[in-house]
Amino acid sequence: MMIKKPTLKSTLIGFLYLAPMLLILLVFNIFPILDSFAMSFFTKYNFYTNQIGQIGLGNFKTLFSDPNFWLALKNTLIFVIGVVPISICLSLGIALLLNHIRFLAGFFKTVYFLPFVTSTVAISLVWQWIYNDQYGLLNLFLRHLGIGPINWLNDPKWAMPALIIMTIWKGLGFNIILFLAGLSNIDQRYERVAQIDGANKWQTFRYIIFPLLSPMTFLVTVMSIISGFKVFDEVFVLFGGSPGPGQATLTLVFYLYQKFYTEWQYGLAAASGVVLFFLILIVTVINYLYSRKHIYYV
Amino acid sequence: MDKQKISRLLEYLILIFGGILMLIPFLWMLDTALKSGSEAMTIPPVIIPKKLQWMNFVLAWHAAPFLRYFINSVIVTVITTCGQLLTTILAAYAFAKLEFYGKKIVFMICLTTMMVPGEMLIIPNFITLSKFHMINTYYALIIPWLASFFAVFTLRQTFMSIPDEIYYSAKIDGAGDWYFLWHMLVPLAKPTIIALAALEIINSWNSFMWPLIVTNSDKMRTLPVGLSNFTTDAGTQFQLLMAASTIIIIPMLLVYIFLQKYIIAGVSRSGLKG
Repeated sequence: MMIKKPTLKSTLIGFLYLAPMLLILLVFNIFPILDSFAMSFFTKYNFYTNQIGQIGLGNFKTLFSDPNFWLALKNTLIFVIGVVPISICLSLGIALLLNHIRFLAGFFKTVYFLPFVTSTVAISLVWQWIYNDQYGLLNLFLRHLGIGPINWLNDPKWAMPALIIMTIWKGLGFNIILFLAGLSNIDQRYERVAQIDGANKWQTFRYIIFPLLSPMTFLVTVMSIISGFKVFDEVFVLFGGSPGPGQATLTLVFYLYQKFYTEWQYGLAAASGVVLFFLILIVTVINYLYSRKHIYYV
Repeated sequence: MDKQKISRLLEYLILIFGGILMLIPFLWMLDTALKSGSEAMTIPPVIIPKKLQWMNFVLAWHAAPFLRYFINSVIVTVITTCGQLLTTILAAYAFAKLEFYGKKIVFMICLTTMMVPGEMLIIPNFITLSKFHMINTYYALIIPWLASFFAVFTLRQTFMSIPDEIYYSAKIDGAGDWYFLWHMLVPLAKPTIIALAALEIINSWNSFMWPLIVTNSDKMRTLPVGLSNFTTDAGTQFQLLMAASTIIIIPMLLVYIFLQKYIIAGVSRSGLKG
């Protein structure tokens, strides 16, 4: 440590350095967190005059009796369950392969990571075109396999799978990079020792690599779940500003957006934001408890 | 061929197949952007257009105020990134190298902000900004993003890894905190700072929900919001939509190509600290 004990002067200096960040964080992060909790309890609230008519659980009662809210919650969970396991398996598989090769490994990394840097709006438009029922690339391809035209974006049955496929495609590179970082941290001697002892490739993976990689697998899972809970841009663009055919892709954040931006129901929107907060909190807490108990650290 | 070679070949085949799947949407976008309107809607599809329609890019550019959107996006991205870097460097220095009362508690409070979904903050932030009459201005698009605790946390780690001995020798030479930070720490932490800058440029350029909510006129829209708005005008002219999408994607592609090393290292590091 540079200055062993804090003094009045060093405190002043410290806070001067912190001030710009702290000011923004207070006004746009810390205060709003408290504010949105408070707002979720304001039932008759005029934000412009800042008049609070009533305080109570009214918003939550309305929220929990709104079938659309439950639909949004259900859709969000289906989305997360659809995206996360497939994305984890694919990205782990590709990361293992990439970790195994030298030639062109950098090139492949670049390619797989590419969707991550592109605008979600632009790339969702491209996918909207790929999913087009008449001229879309996907249906043209499926026709060759003898699978009749699927109305991806207008059929309530297919809207969610369409959203899931695109999201997996876009997020794959990010997860691959994280898995590669995890793999590079594993000492190669473990693998060699296992092979000397006669373990085959699958056994090496199952009993050596996978357990050693488990902290990273867990982290990737948690990050994927959390970002899945927050899906919005993709839905908005893919379905032209609507929550999908027959509200098939009405997600939690889309519900919040509707309540807030199109219906001006601030209290309800804030209440659904609080629900989102607790969903993410639950995942974070489970992550914390589980990782303390079950993960093998090297 | 022996078994080793076959399995190596198989590995490459899988990777190539996956790579093609990753690239197809981009190629299809570019391909469509260069087709004529009738070629875009032909069954079976025309893969190579008879004549490359470079004019589509010009047509798309003029079909909506894309120049305005582009300028807005550049202004917002540049100011947000520079401003955020400045607040981040100062705060990370305080947390990493200074001792002061309340340091731990302030750090813990800031840490909790990382866990809160940004979507939840949209409503109160919208209200705050409308009270200051800042809706539909650059202020609304920029100010809330001038600080990121994720960035502070990351840079603090880097600063802490730089030994204090450098500080003492600088002190002997008569350097103060300010000089030490900007002339010694910042140059040493350059890779982290570039990674943070690159990630913020990408975030800011591609950001959609917030600009969608706080802008309501063409004058203030950024590229993603403008593009999303353009879809209703363009209707089924997919060649124009794809040309416009290409225009939005290319700047970030360039950022990615030039800063790839830093971006990937930055993402890897963000995973490792978790």
